[in-house]
Amino acid sequence: MTYEFMQQYWWFLVSLLGALLVFLMFVQGANSMIFSLAGDDMERKMLVNSTGRKWEFTFTTLVTFGGAFFASFPLFYSTSFGGAYWLWMLILFSFVLQAVSYEFQNKLGNIFGPSLFQWFLVINGILGPLLLGGAVATFFNGSNFTVNKMNITDSLQPVISQWANASNGLDALLDPWNLVFGLAVFFLARILGILYIINNVDDANIRARARKRLVYTAGVFLILFLAFLIRTLFKEGYACDPATGLVVMEPMKYLHNLLDMWYVLIVLLVGVCLLLFAIYKTVTNAAYIQGIWSGGIGVVLVVLCLLLCAGWNNTAYYPSNIDLQSSLTLANSCSSEFTLTTMTYVSFLIPFVLAYIVYAWRAIDKKKIDREEMATDDHTY
Amino acid sequence: MTQNILMSIDASMVDWARAQFAITAIYHWLFVPLTLGLALIMGIIETIYYRTGNVFWKDAAKFWQKLFGINFAMGVATGIILEFEFGTNWSNYSWFVGDIFGAPLAIEGIVAFFMESTFVAVMFFGWKKVSKGFHLAATWLTGLGATFSAWWILVANSWMQYPVGCEFNPDTMRNEMTSFADVAFSPFAVDKFCHTVTSAWIIGALFTVAVSAWYLLKNRERQLALQSIKVAAIVGLVSSLLAAVTGDHSAYTVAKVQPMKLAAMEALYDGSEGQSLTAIAWVNPFEQPQYEEGGEPPLHIGIPHMLAFMATHDFNGFVPGVNDIIRGGYVNAQGEMEPSLGEKMRKGRVAIEALGEYRKLKAELKGEPTARQKAALDEKASVIGDNMKYFGYGYIKDAEQTVPFIPLCFYTFRIMVGLGCLFILFFAVTLFFFYKKDITKIKWWKWTAIILLPLGYIASESGWLVAEFGRQPWTIQDMLPTWIGVSNLSSNAVMLTFFIFLVLFTILLAVEISILCKQIKKGPEYSK
Repeated sequence: MTYEFMQQYWWFLVSLLGALLVFLMFVQGANSMIFSLAGDDMERKMLVNSTGRKWEFTFTTLVTFGGAFFASFPLFYSTSFGGAYWLWMLILFSFVLQAVSYEFQNKLGNIFGPSLFQWFLVINGILGPLLLGGAVATFFNGSNFTVNKMNITDSLQPVISQWANASNGLDALLDPWNLVFGLAVFFLARILGILYIINNVDDANIRARARKRLVYTAGVFLILFLAFLIRTLFKEGYACDPATGLVVMEPMKYLHNLLDMWYVLIVLLVGVCLLLFAIYKTVTNAAYIQGIWSGGIGVVLVVLCLLLCAGWNNTAYYPSNIDLQSSLTLANSCSSEFTLTTMTYVSFLIPFVLAYIVYAWRAIDKKKIDREEMATDDHTY
Repeated sequence: MTQNILMSIDASMVDWARAQFAITAIYHWLFVPLTLGLALIMGIIETIYYRTGNVFWKDAAKFWQKLFGINFAMGVATGIILEFEFGTNWSNYSWFVGDIFGAPLAIEGIVAFFMESTFVAVMFFGWKKVSKGFHLAATWLTGLGATFSAWWILVANSWMQYPVGCEFNPDTMRNEMTSFADVAFSPFAVDKFCHTVTSAWIIGALFTVAVSAWYLLKNRERQLALQSIKVAAIVGLVSSLLAAVTGDHSAYTVAKVQPMKLAAMEALYDGSEGQSLTAIAWVNPFEQPQYEEGGEPPLHIGIPHMLAFMATHDFNGFVPGVNDIIRGGYVNAQGEMEPSLGEKMRKGRVAIEALGEYRKLKAELKGEPTARQKAALDEKASVIGDNMKYFGYGYIKDAEQTVPFIPLCFYTFRIMVGLGCLFILFFAVTLFFFYKKDITKIKWWKWTAIILLPLGYIASESGWLVAEFGRQPWTIQDMLPTWIGVSNLSSNAVMLTFFIFLVLFTILLAVEISILCKQIKKGPEYSK
């Protein structure tokens, strides 16, 4: 295991975590629709309880995503979180609100009543995917920061990384292509949310309503996603010279990445097909409720490939538009060889973690959510 | 060309960043101990159900589990912010030590958080869906996950107090890990973990006893209350004793590697051999004492030789005070002559300058270095290595900056220890009443049990205040002072997020307490 190999390996793991996170944002997607997908209080209760049994997976994946990034690419962690401060704070606030909303909304003693916390679920359902998508888009579109490690010897201004303006991250929302991708991720989360609800909630009304929404939601997503994809593939990208570490602009860099890494392109196309298949079958066949699985796997594959495209094949994954040479590459932002090696051994535990998650998921999903359970079970939200 | 927007770091921004981390950590620590402690008690109660099949124990487990769930959500909500706060507000710190510090955080996520969050879902929703055995395992695994998470985050915190297993790399401008075992099993970490977890078990026990005592006061849920008191008081007594032992050992470790913290905790200005332990003294709570003048704080009552024994395991050992540490010139816990602060500051400056020169030399290289260039680089690298131990002192301007705020350290330490001793007594008395008397009739005991709950939280938070205020000004002991570890943000931005967190968490805390109280009032649901 060479140092270079481990850098690639850890970018793969970070990308996989990111891809799983997007899949798990079916929770956010479904939550963003709890008022519109539900016809009455009982239906809303079913929706909340359905995502309520899974929200912790998404949350934990987000937390682990942050931790894993810190451990493997600490310069990204420090530059992005310390620089794009407001963007990340908004994301975090929305998740803080989500974390308490399930437990609190229907409990006696909730001085604000259920509506407020249910609205928090909606807010997190919208802002979570939108802003996370916007943040990830900056991997392709660049951000406004500089890094200068010499600063640490200057006691007046020792901070090595800084954002170039006082917006501290909110300027990402001014780039329309970041918004396009953010909105695409939001609609994707809704697609997944619909597929999940159809699978997990055994109620004819909800299923019918969800199915009807799927066409429009999928249509909007495809337009946004294709626009972003095509534009990204044909625009200039941030290439880095493996010998000197210098970052240069290269026309159609991301297209070159996909063509150079044809195996990634194949997996991407497989993922796209799986997602389209899931949507198509769900829309056309009222008895088909397994869309979340084919669609979910498809999304994981697509997002994984996108993120691999951002960092593999000598690409600067966190580019700076202010100072190109401040851009972060796998090589200039990763942990030491020792740390990556140690963490690589830890990563062998991941299959076990996935195994028990699958086992536990199936155990609690043996029976779908339905009105009867909501009425009789003692632990419901 | 690298553009360098020259802004000097705003001193008030550093303080807002410190305040924000303090407030988010303090809030998080309101909920975590109850999660850890109640998980243990819930696990024991459900195990009794599993072994006896007596449905009363199932109802009891489900009751405590409901309260657990309400609290767990707040622990999660306040926790996510901390995971990212190292990056958002302490980005220089995150870069400087991330190679070591990031790993425990990642492992915490991969190994512990997923265990916790997966099995808590089975615990809550699986009563009718999985077997008794699987459900019991899920309950224990939830607690184990939470405890495991405590291990890794305390490894990270311990490393801040006692940085080991690392080396500074001038090429990458950061510390890099050289031994994972040294970091993960550092004696500081082991002590801290044992002490923190046992103190959390005390909170779980106090909570259970307090709620049960309230039921006895109201003459309801008699059996649930009595049986819960029995389990909780045993857990409480064992935990308080363990907390005392591990606390003592922690103090011993602190004496060795963070003598200034110990001096601040004791308001010890001038140390001596056979130093006495301060039981109480008058230290003005609102201002830093004039420690340079030496002497003892007024109204000082000490236990002779006790501090020397606790700190050095020798009744006649030398314990340095604040002034001794600043002056240097004594044999320290490592058996070496302690340099003066002035000497440390000089070495620190030498290290920083050598680092700057090393980087300049590196930047001038065209291709491979010549023999002369290599010699120059090696010389600089060696100077850096020799003086790295005091790198952080290079940023210190005067002695005052190296002394933590003594009144806070002094009083919080006493509060924690005093209450800790009280808890040992309380649980012992509780068990005595439980077995030898009719505890349901002893009104003063019931009220005491209820009052001790908030005091338990005060003791628990006091412990963290000692630990973290005592290490000021260091984000990494001796290596990185707070004002060098921050992110480049305006103080208004940090002030704003500070108040957002304060308001948000306070409102959510109020809601949680309201819901908990209602749930307790509602009481358990008994199976037919």
